[in-house]
Amino acid sequence: MPDATGLELIAQELRTAAADSILDTSFHRGRAELRIEPSSNREVLAHLRAKGYRSLASLHGVDYEPEEPRLGVIYEMLDMVNVDRISVKARVSIAEPKIASVVDMFPTADFQEREVYDMFGVEFEGHPDLRRILMPEDYEGFPQRRDFPVGGEPVLFTFNEEQNYGKFV
Amino acid sequence: MSTASEYRKREESITMSAEPAGQSRSHELLTLNIGPHHPATHGVLRLIATLEGEIVRDIRPVIGYVHTGIEKTAEDKSYWKVIPVIERMDYVSYYFNAMAYCGAVETLLGIEVPPRAQYLRVLHLELNRIVSHLIWLGTSALDLGAMSMFWYCFRERETILDLFEMSSGARMHTRYFQVGGVIEDIPPGFAAKVAAFCKEMPTRADQYADLLEKNEILLSRLRGTCPLDEETLLSLGVTGPLLRASGNPWDLRKAHPYSSYDHFDFKIPVGTEGDNYDRFRVRHAELYESTKIIEQALAGLPEGPHIVTDRKVALPPRHELATSMEALIHHFKLVTEGFRVPPGECYYPIESARGELGCFVRADGSAKPARVHMRDPSFVNLQATAPMVKDSYIADLIATLAMIDPILGGVDR
Amino acid sequence: MEIKREPLAQSSILTNPTPPASGSNPTKVSDFRIRQLNARDMLRGDMDDEALQQFIDQAIVTTTVDKAVAWARGNSFFPLTFGLACCAIEMMSIVGMRVDIARFGFEAFRASPRQSDLILLSGRVSMKMAPVIRRIWDQMLEPKYAISMGACCSSTGVFNNYALVPSDKFMPIDVHVPGCPPRPEALAHGILRLREKVQGNAKQGWRERYDAVGTEEILPPTDRDLEHVETDLDTAHISVFKPGDTAGA
Repeated sequence: MPDATGLELIAQELRTAAADSILDTSFHRGRAELRIEPSSNREVLAHLRAKGYRSLASLHGVDYEPEEPRLGVIYEMLDMVNVDRISVKARVSIAEPKIASVVDMFPTADFQEREVYDMFGVEFEGHPDLRRILMPEDYEGFPQRRDFPVGGEPVLFTFNEEQNYGKFV
Repeated sequence: MSTASEYRKREESITMSAEPAGQSRSHELLTLNIGPHHPATHGVLRLIATLEGEIVRDIRPVIGYVHTGIEKTAEDKSYWKVIPVIERMDYVSYYFNAMAYCGAVETLLGIEVPPRAQYLRVLHLELNRIVSHLIWLGTSALDLGAMSMFWYCFRERETILDLFEMSSGARMHTRYFQVGGVIEDIPPGFAAKVAAFCKEMPTRADQYADLLEKNEILLSRLRGTCPLDEETLLSLGVTGPLLRASGNPWDLRKAHPYSSYDHFDFKIPVGTEGDNYDRFRVRHAELYESTKIIEQALAGLPEGPHIVTDRKVALPPRHELATSMEALIHHFKLVTEGFRVPPGECYYPIESARGELGCFVRADGSAKPARVHMRDPSFVNLQATAPMVKDSYIADLIATLAMIDPILGGVDR
Repeated sequence: MEIKREPLAQSSILTNPTPPASGSNPTKVSDFRIRQLNARDMLRGDMDDEALQQFIDQAIVTTTVDKAVAWARGNSFFPLTFGLACCAIEMMSIVGMRVDIARFGFEAFRASPRQSDLILLSGRVSMKMAPVIRRIWDQMLEPKYAISMGACCSSTGVFNNYALVPSDKFMPIDVHVPGCPPRPEALAHGILRLREKVQGNAKQGWRERYDAVGTEEILPPTDRDLEHVETDLDTAHISVFKPGDTAGA
């Protein structure tokens, strides 16, 4: 991980290279994180790639309910040569859950962006094939959001199978 | 090997050839649905293959048939109750799932795992790596037609599962790793049994090589089929034995050691051409390396506690409950509510049998995690299927799927 | 050369048995010889009634055709290779050396549902997979049996959430094997219980077994349907199969 000062240097470079992109930096338990403006995610990732973080290890989503903006998309960047990791977080709101796709820069994001769309509803503009990947194609709702119920069915025992058969929780 | 390439040449001279679409005699493309219930797809993977004759032109994997909502369930449970849930994700490498999650939570808590626990973790992780590779070897040989391999591999697997049963009480999904260490120290007699296993494992691995390596059919099915270069693999995010087969020695155990892996001396098997044969050889060679690590871990097992001594995180030993009031209160709080983790986010990657397994945990200060996400290696490696099998035969598709070693529990979570 | 043709009762072998060859077990040799001669007499029709009755009691079992067929069916299940998740690995290990179901005759795992009669649902059944399993179950030929292996199939196991459905909801299951995953020995026990069930009860077909006419799908009332459908559970269902309709099975 770049240490706290290294992180600040990177943030400084990014602020000069792409204005208004970095909202915040955070260094917690050895993990360096940049909080960016969602509209500038492609620029930031391109800049980081030029700096050596050539691999996208993971792309995942988080729901920050009740803090707005609720949906976060996190990019875990990996530099294989210096063995370094840095995280980039972009937060979008539920009302406007759109962010640019990075599939052309990092082909590994293909399935992972589809999963974030499926689970959270974040629409990645520019993704060639954005449809549900884990849930059935015609499913309604975004399961991993915090206000989606866990769901489940009452277990049928002999004493309650008459009342509970066919019920969904 | 010259005989293998002559065989291929003779095969190619028969009318089928991998000419680009439009120039061969049959212009019709057939869409074939393979799976989700199919003997050769490892688990419930559905592939929609576009074929031209016997040649695969395109493949689209459809997944989600064993989606269990593990990440959603994990948000509902306290931190230590997540461990049995998260173990069932990648269901042949259960210790790896638990390790990634426990590592993430330990980082967030800021606690240090005692050295004995680290060595025990390494021991069980490498045993699980051997189990995973044995299952892969048995089922891949089954797919390729070499059925007897299956029984030999499962015989070895039974021995290792006996070891797991000895240390934790269960064969699979053992809940042995806990946040802060391992749940119990190893029983007497365990070390002797592991040592006996380690002595015979290299011989067994040699026997597996003898069974398969000199078989002309297996060699011509694996050699030179479906290679993929390192650049494409890196851009697709592929890690693990697939990446190592193409020549890149990236292994998190060496690159960014966790849990005392830097105390052990082992090599990373690396392939040269990136075809199916190299993927097969890399995984087979890892059997030997894992055995070496286990021997070293057993030899150098340090004394000490098997779990962190902070009573706010780990359960106190039961004999203290009778005498100490604080121990009783800690036990009560841990069992009913669980420990609280200060707010923060952490991504903890480890090297599982299939590649980089990362666990992202977001803690919001309560006793339940606010988000648990597992970056599963099979999910990302599956994206490499399409470029790999383009313009090869269906039989090569089956062999490649076997060599990619996807575990659909991890893919679908 | 003259061949002796006298029946056993009149031969001298019963009173003076031939001395056994040196080194061999004395009783066995003469018993075997006596059995040989008995069989020869029976085949020739030279046996008298009492000896014949004794012979039949020892060598022949009478039964009904149903029972014989049930015995044969129970001893030769052809399981379907249907592994979904973790339980599949333990299902694979019952074929292995330690718990060897080839002892019982069940080692012929078939890949096609048309050729198999036992579906071992091993693993968690997700929402996406349930219609696929139902289709495979429908493709199997009668008589067919289903074992739900593991906690996730039988109830939803560890994961009671939006994604899973217990297998009872969409297909009739004969034996549930608990465990997460069940030990191979436990699964073998479950299969043997199914065998007992098949061999004891000679009725075939899941319709006779459960006294059913078909399967019904009970859907929850959506907002669209509430005006048309009563909320009483008895009448608030949508029948997929009407009585007597065998089209889907």
